[in-house]
Amino acid sequence: MRIKSHPILGDIPKRKLVKIEVDGRTIEAFEGEPIAAALLAAGIKVFRRTVKRREPRGLFCTIGQCTDCMMTVNGMPNVRTCITPVEEGMEISTQIGRGERS
Amino acid sequence: MDAEVAVVGAGPAGLSASIEAARLGAKIVLIDENGKPGGQLFKQIHKFFGSMEHLAGLRGYDIGNKLWQRAMELKINVMLNTTVFGIFGDKTLGLLTTMGSEILRAQRIILATGGSENTIAFPGWTLPGVMGAGAAQTLINVHRVLPGKRILMVGSGNVGLIVSYQLLQAGAEVVALVEAAPKIGGYRVHAAKIQRAGVPIMVSHTVKRAHGRDYVEAATIVRVDDDLKMIPGTEKTFDVDTICLAVGLTPLSELAWMSGCKFIFVPTLGGHVPIHNEDLETTVEGIYVAGDIAGIEEASIAMEEGRLAGIAAAESLGYAREEATKLKKEIKERVQQLRRGPFGEDRYLAKQRIMKVAPR
Ligand SMILES: Cc1cc2nc3c(=O)[nH]c(=O)nc-3n(C[C@H](O)[C@H](O)[C@H](O)COP(=O)(O)OP(=O)(O)OC[C@H]3O[C@@H](n4cnc5c(N)ncnc54)[C@H](O)[C@@H]3O)c2cc1C
Ligand code: FES
Repeated sequence: MRIKSHPILGDIPKRKLVKIEVDGRTIEAFEGEPIAAALLAAGIKVFRRTVKRREPRGLFCTIGQCTDCMMTVNGMPNVRTCITPVEEGMEISTQIGRGERS
Repeated sequence: MDAEVAVVGAGPAGLSASIEAARLGAKIVLIDENGKPGGQLFKQIHKFFGSMEHLAGLRGYDIGNKLWQRAMELKINVMLNTTVFGIFGDKTLGLLTTMGSEILRAQRIILATGGSENTIAFPGWTLPGVMGAGAAQTLINVHRVLPGKRILMVGSGNVGLIVSYQLLQAGAEVVALVEAAPKIGGYRVHAAKIQRAGVPIMVSHTVKRAHGRDYVEAATIVRVDDDLKMIPGTEKTFDVDTICLAVGLTPLSELAWMSGCKFIFVPTLGGHVPIHNEDLETTVEGIYVAGDIAGIEEASIAMEEGRLAGIAAAESLGYAREEATKLKKEIKERVQQLRRGPFGEDRYLAKQRIMKVAPR
């Protein structure tokens, strides 16, 4: 959910909308915002599953410290989505375990 | 690369340190891993508490912008998106930039890395939807996205109170705020604001578990006794999609550990704190600390400590000796003022304990 208007910060700044792909589904995102913000805005909360028990993990610290938000981005696993900016056409997928190719 | 003074962290402490040291003539390199300067300030949209001298009444991000402008006027060399990953023998810093790694040799180092959020563990705490209160604050105020619609806040310190209010401003519903202690931790004014908005603050209560398969769908809270033990039969369950943890900060001190600084354990200041003297110099000569790394306090104190450390570092390099003595005295008096009152008093005494074991 985007915060479109805000009593102190005013209207949401205008930025360029781009398309990215998440697990095969196309969503809209603002260029340059963290990938994690775009996913939350699209209602996606599970970013990866743990190595052994495949438990869900999502955003936790939002400042690059905890690594809970890691996903596979353009084929590269272990990308911290909370501090990685969106680029047009990015392909993002839920990371399973360490993100080894199956 | 070389610097007379390397400052790690561009929050209120690091910016203030760089400004003072640069003003006195020292050559600075200021480094921050974030893409934006200001540290915690850039996500704080409330009007600051404190005194006028400390820009109280201004919003956090305005204070950040002011400091940043001053740093730019002084043409300070700033490296953003750059992480200091280590400090090696004799003040050599390892930097990770977007281009790769680099070495910086400094004569003095000021560590102003701030703090990191604490967490508490309970069944379900790893579910997506459980996050730090600071994390939620960054999301709503910087990225303009809500983490959820219905929130349970855990912890009634100023961070829990302020972030609750900001979640309301952003359009979320704060279902309740629980606090394990028998009384509210933060300032009365902040508590009153969210109570007026209808958020129940439940003292002597904590979170017992988070429910949900893939993400948080509900939370159970429970009453605790004076020893913080859960009282069976007092559980209540709320439908929430987000649980925010505002359970304190710990000094972010790895770089000080790596440098061989000696530490002291001071719970009032957030845990292990590098031992430092009145000039904020640690037990390693030429390495200073300032702001939350020197004990979790507030931005107004972080700015004053930054100034002190910046002046002391410049002075030790031979800049502005006479002026420095006068400036340091004024700042020390202002810091004393800031540590008055019921909250400040404890921190004042804790800091005194540290100074006692510090060199010189
Ligand atoms: C919700 C909330 C409300 C608050 N309200 C107030 C208030 O009203 N009044 C008040 O006085 N105070 C307030 N504070 C407290 C205040 O924000 C902090 O005390 C202050 O920001 C600490 O300043 P600092 O410079 O020590 O650290 P920070 O502001 O945390 O800055 C540290 C910087 O260091 C960088 N860094 C860390 N490690 C590295 C590394 N290895 N390499 C490179 N860079 C690194 C980080 O990216 C960060 O930018 C509030 C805090 C919060 C969370
Ligand atoms: S949420 Fe912690 S690293 Fe991204």
